[in-house]
Amino acid sequence: MSSLAVRKAAPAAGTTPGTAQGPPLRRRIAFVPTVTLLIGALYCLLPVAWVVIAATKSGSELFSTFTFLPGTGFTQNISDLNAYRDGVYWKWMGNSALYAGLGALLSTAVSAFSGYALAIYRFRGRETVFNILLAGVLMPPVILAIPQYLLMAKADLTDSYASVLLPLILSPYGVYLARIYSAAAVPADVVEAGRMDGASELRIFTRIALPMMVPGLVTVFLFQFVAVWNNFLLPYIMLSDDEKFPITLGLFTLLEQGSNTPALYTLVITGALLAVIPLVALFLVIQRFWSLDLLSGAVKS
Amino acid sequence: MTSARRKSYGAKKAPYAFLLPATILFALFFALPIGYAIWLSLHKVQVKGLGLGSGARKEVWAGLENYTDSLTDSELLAGALRVLGYGAIVVPVMLGLALLFALMLDADRVRLTPVTRLAIFLPYAIPGVVAAMLWGFLYLPDVSPFYFVLDRLGLPQPDLLDGGPLYIALSNIAVWGGTGFNMIVIYTALQAIPAEVYEAAKLDGATPLQTALRIKIPMVVPSLVLTFFFSIIATLQVFSEPTTLKPLTNSVSTTWSPLMKVYQDAFGKGDIYSAAATAVIIAFVTLVLSFGFLRAANSRNKQEAAQ
Repeated sequence: MSSLAVRKAAPAAGTTPGTAQGPPLRRRIAFVPTVTLLIGALYCLLPVAWVVIAATKSGSELFSTFTFLPGTGFTQNISDLNAYRDGVYWKWMGNSALYAGLGALLSTAVSAFSGYALAIYRFRGRETVFNILLAGVLMPPVILAIPQYLLMAKADLTDSYASVLLPLILSPYGVYLARIYSAAAVPADVVEAGRMDGASELRIFTRIALPMMVPGLVTVFLFQFVAVWNNFLLPYIMLSDDEKFPITLGLFTLLEQGSNTPALYTLVITGALLAVIPLVALFLVIQRFWSLDLLSGAVKS
Repeated sequence: MTSARRKSYGAKKAPYAFLLPATILFALFFALPIGYAIWLSLHKVQVKGLGLGSGARKEVWAGLENYTDSLTDSELLAGALRVLGYGAIVVPVMLGLALLFALMLDADRVRLTPVTRLAIFLPYAIPGVVAAMLWGFLYLPDVSPFYFVLDRLGLPQPDLLDGGPLYIALSNIAVWGGTGFNMIVIYTALQAIPAEVYEAAKLDGATPLQTALRIKIPMVVPSLVLTFFFSIIATLQVFSEPTTLKPLTNSVSTTWSPLMKVYQDAFGKGDIYSAAATAVIIAFVTLVLSFGFLRAANSRNKQEAAQ
């Protein structure tokens, strides 16, 4: 990100004498790009703005007042949501946090081990292993989820936390990213020096390589966290007990019931707003530390 | 000497040990289910008598019967066509917007980039189901600001959740959710273009538009290929958005997309055998498309390198 600033600043500084004929060139704004981006931003923020306002409306206001006019029912909506089936909503949020947090943590660990092995060692079958793992990215989730469900049923594990957690631990994309990061961040000399000092391979990995890989692994963790938090299909197939639902599935069932009882719509809307807050907050905090380059797998030398 | 030999022996075994967790998980949650799905797709249930009592229902070999049934199923064909139509809107619009925004972010003297970049990327953080819900409400005449405005202006109000507009409504959700991520991938590639290339263009007197069309776009083609590839795969697998809109409209059937049909066959009808056959067909199409596409992209790259 910083390299861009340097590249952009250099020619601008050279071409801005700030002559008497007009304002300095660098202070001029390129209108077309700026306005295009603003329109894009408005489009992307529209549903978010809507849900913030709609959550303040009482059930009757929702259908009667102008959509972008704030209502008076926000606190009532929150307490309705709290009261709904003894606070099952908060159970869903907790479940999502558990699935996404623990799932992403385990997934990052597995990705780190595999990515490091694939990047650092030369061994027989390396490319084969990598290609087979990558082919996993191409598998449509339903192809996996239905036989996974049937196999889980044979193992008597359906409708359990494990049934949603276990299948998501291995992420081919996470392994791919971890391989790129370790290749870029862990110099072969350092690994070799560790061996000279008589450290075991595991010790070299945990004490020397792992700290070097941390910035990349943070990206893998966040990527997996978002992927699991947003997942719908697997819990939809695996779970029937709504005490174990993640927030996505919980809100979906609420919306389904809402089509018969429109009074539930205000609950769905308020619930959707509260469900979005943790991820958006996480997103705003991390984007300061999280280089967007890392997300696309591009590592600069 | 013995310790050195032991060390190199350790270094030989180490990668396999490091890959063990991934291998076990792959075997259990990828290879085994895929194998099981293929096995199921080649079987069917034979019912004896009334199908009551133990041993009355038996799994027997079906050969390719499930596959021929699946391939001649008009519902599946209709679903595939719907998804083709949906993808024909989503992929070009989403990638076109992603490229446009990436170029604008990369333009000289553009303002407010940190804010707008973040805003456009924000939908990535919102679960697909929640995104579909929010847009679903925005499409509902009783709560939508669009309908409110149209109503006040005395204009006709189209039903966004039926017929042709339903495709646009569904595509819009995918475009909204995916543009920011693809924009970041393309923008990252734009940033990697060396400064000398721009200086040369400037010396030649290129306008910003010419620079974008003749230099920037050709140089980010590999990223466009990648984003195109992932968008196609995501489109083939559309499931949660139409499923979420289903409670809001009668126009989304339980078999709207091929994956919804698989789900419906497996859990609605309880016919896991034909569901497995359909699933295998979808996986096969995805793999053929993916590898064909990667091959085409590779040979193109080689041609360019040779020139």
